[in-house]
Amino acid sequence: MAQLHTVNKSPFERNAFVSCLEHAKEGSGILLFEDGVYAAMNGTAVADKVKAALSGRSLYVLGPDVKARGLSEDNVIDGVKVVDYEGFVDLVTEYDKVQSWL
Amino acid sequence: MAEPWEDDEVEGPVFKFLYVNRKAPYGTIYALESLEVVLIAAAFEQDVSLAFVDDGVYQIKKGQDTAGIGMKNFSPTYRALEGYDVEKLYVEKEALEERGLTTDDLIVPVEVVSRAEMADLMDEQDVILSF
Amino acid sequence: MPIEVNGKMLETDEEGYLADLNQWEPEAATVMAAAEDQELTDAHWEVINFLREYYEEYQIAPAVRVLTKAIGKKLGKDKGNSKYLYELFPYGPAKQACKYAGLPKPTGCV
Repeated sequence: MAQLHTVNKSPFERNAFVSCLEHAKEGSGILLFEDGVYAAMNGTAVADKVKAALSGRSLYVLGPDVKARGLSEDNVIDGVKVVDYEGFVDLVTEYDKVQSWL
Repeated sequence: MAEPWEDDEVEGPVFKFLYVNRKAPYGTIYALESLEVVLIAAAFEQDVSLAFVDDGVYQIKKGQDTAGIGMKNFSPTYRALEGYDVEKLYVEKEALEERGLTTDDLIVPVEVVSRAEMADLMDEQDVILSF
Repeated sequence: MPIEVNGKMLETDEEGYLADLNQWEPEAATVMAAAEDQELTDAHWEVINFLREYYEEYQIAPAVRVLTKAIGKKLGKDKGNSKYLYELFPYGPAKQACKYAGLPKPTGCV
């Protein structure tokens, strides 16, 4: 019953990302897209939470949304996988169900 | 042709549906939308649960009075859910505590669960609808 | 189209539901029923009054399944079934009775 969680809000504007981390069980995946990608970058106030979540969970970030915001994929936290739209679709089918954190 | 008063007994698989409510009631439309979807979908007789997490707990705060803001107070409608056979309402303990609330502040009877139990509950579902 | 009730014009939507449920008075139900060749008996009023109380308490018009069950609880088993309610309100108890009661159309009712 592995779940894919998706977050599309900035972690600095809303608590969707933090709440998602607190509810995502081991074995689940977390995909960051749209403004959610800000959480995937090195050096932010939530970076430590992201690193902690990486043990036991898989984190993904949507590359086109990273680039669109002037961020560099090179600056994505180690262990967070960058995916494209096709990868996004693959994830949705790989996991049993999706929960979106609005 | 069935007469209109004859119930169409639709036999089918029953899925576990969880509606996750994370937003306060009047600032955005999410809470009301969620409630309407729950009421409509109740006709499908699935295994429905509602979860109140984060600011979602404010949806069922007692004593709402919207007369001054020109919006409908839909909080009494949560009490109608029982009549729709939607009886499993879960509230996250941490969400209540962070907001200085207890179950005495809520308009409906709920089951209080820890964040970890809430995560388990989410994991057990077939379908999760987030609002 | 507005309807005339006791000399006052009450606004309705295109399906005949009152635009403002606070304008409702019993005579409004009688006027709406007459327009559909429906006479309102005590049995009808029992349901109409029940619906108004339900709305007052829960702020929604009940789905027909919920109405049936609640009527059965309040008014007795012999009335808490769809057949009884459809005989009173042939266009559908939730739809027709809610309209007469001045309530909005039940959520999920198409």
